[in-house]
Amino acid sequence: MTLAEMSFVLPDLRPAAAEIFLLVMACAILLIDVFSKNPKRTMTFVLTQVTLLCCVFITFATSSAEITYTFSNMFVDDLMADFLKLLLYLTVLVVMFYSRAYMLERAPHATGEFFALTLFATLGMMVMISANHFVTVYLGLELLSLSLYAMVALNRDSVQATEAAMKYFVLGALASGLLLYGMSMIYGATGTLEITGVAERLAMGVANKTVLTLGLVFLVAGIAFKLGVVPFHMWIPDVYHGAPTAVTLLIGSAPKLAAFAIVMRMLVNGLIVLAVDWQQMLIILSVLSMAIGNLAAIAQTNLKRMLAYSAISHMGFMLLGIVTGVVGGDARYALNAYSSAMFYVVTYVITSAGTFGMILLLARSGFESDQLDDFKGLNKRSPWFAAIMMMLMFSMAGVPFFVGFFAKLSVLQAVVAAGYMWLAIAAVIFSLIGAYYYLRVVKLMYFDEPTDTSPIDAPFDIKLLMSANGLAVAVLGIFPQALMSLCAYSLLRSL
Amino acid sequence: MLTLSHFLILGAILFSIGVVGIFLNRKNLIVLMMAIELMLLAVNMNFVAFSHYLGDLSGQVFVFFILTVAAAESAIGLAILVVLFRNLQTIHVDDLDSLKG
Repeated sequence: MTLAEMSFVLPDLRPAAAEIFLLVMACAILLIDVFSKNPKRTMTFVLTQVTLLCCVFITFATSSAEITYTFSNMFVDDLMADFLKLLLYLTVLVVMFYSRAYMLERAPHATGEFFALTLFATLGMMVMISANHFVTVYLGLELLSLSLYAMVALNRDSVQATEAAMKYFVLGALASGLLLYGMSMIYGATGTLEITGVAERLAMGVANKTVLTLGLVFLVAGIAFKLGVVPFHMWIPDVYHGAPTAVTLLIGSAPKLAAFAIVMRMLVNGLIVLAVDWQQMLIILSVLSMAIGNLAAIAQTNLKRMLAYSAISHMGFMLLGIVTGVVGGDARYALNAYSSAMFYVVTYVITSAGTFGMILLLARSGFESDQLDDFKGLNKRSPWFAAIMMMLMFSMAGVPFFVGFFAKLSVLQAVVAAGYMWLAIAAVIFSLIGAYYYLRVVKLMYFDEPTDTSPIDAPFDIKLLMSANGLAVAVLGIFPQALMSLCAYSLLRSL
Repeated sequence: MLTLSHFLILGAILFSIGVVGIFLNRKNLIVLMMAIELMLLAVNMNFVAFSHYLGDLSGQVFVFFILTVAAAESAIGLAILVVLFRNLQTIHVDDLDSLKG
């Protein structure tokens, strides 16, 4: 082809309108922040919030019930993507609201960067959610990871934070390497990098099975690293513990949505023909995560570290929904299973944002409030926030009738429907073990004497949002059906 | 005559050296970053080999993306290394032990 024959056709930009808008705004905010003289970074903060609200509007306006591909099939817009993105904006919005006062106090020089980097991380997650090509998956993942590495180290004078950043960086890079190696093998076996294309080639049955399986193993290992499931979980406790709590809040909430999305895109959309192979691998990862996550969490005295192990066990539980989609070549229960996993991850993100938000709410200058003992006697200091924290802990533990209970129930129903009785029993036993350390927090709040009796001084708007977050867990527990059917409907239109 | 499997074996060996380098290296964080870089280059080698033998260009395009991202990644990694060195006065892997549990 000569140069004159090459023509450039502008791709349909509408499905990616929210991403493009966010990119432009993130760059603009980065610039505006440099010239802003206000030490409280009000301008940057308001602009980031407005940007996210505009993204909500754009995603609403451009959403359609049909699956749209654009950028030569590299980018896909379907209802699952729209739904996950809306939740993502909401989570990031809440995260920034909680984080502002904390960041201003701990890292006043970098608060503006914190907001800008959060926006770039959000963009990375949006690209991951809409990826239909290995290049887009990789670029989205790296945009997210690189922003997070920098954010963990924002508190640059802290030994713990920089050490956590280094560990996160090394293990994250290793995970990217494994993921890429898997992608290269799958590319070699199928001859395409497009995820839907991979599915078509596999259905034709022309791929080299050995190369494909090797690639799959590396791909699953890479995904497992990013999800943080055993045995690829080493970075989670250190990063959650060492990072500034505001960054832990971000790492512990929104990226789980994106990780769920790439599991759906790569394993379910792309490699469903190999479901038997990857389901076996994920079952092992899932059981190990629930066991080690729940047992190790008991031994912790630091709340952030305890919640890190709890995150590992929750991700293991979520995987149970993914592994029960295809049983013996029969995909009858697939929709049910995947939507239960999606419901699980959504409720986990809401609860986790609330829990880390509570640590931020109680923190003040020179006091992190991240030890379990710091929650002693919270009921005497503030009965209202003790009640909110209790609801969050009950939901995490899966006590009826909070939303976490219904999330666990729907995943277990999918597991039983698929005929994995032993898996369901194991999951229940590990959840019971897990309930111990969540209830210990409730016991500390209600039955122990406070070590410090100062009242909670947080801005009113943060208190209000915190209350709304806690109540959401209770209200969703009373009406779980609405959210559940939203998950099922968006998946039905996307699979 | 060089066949595809020669390239794949070389890629696998380089990748393994990279992974082993990350886990066995107990001394220097800079060597660790070199191991990461080696891993990514092994992947590039795979992509180029497959791309050539499949007669499909998209693998080679992916390599450009990986190279670019790897450069950005090293930049951030070295920046983290500098702040870490300011705090700890050392870049020995064994000295990263303040987070435990």
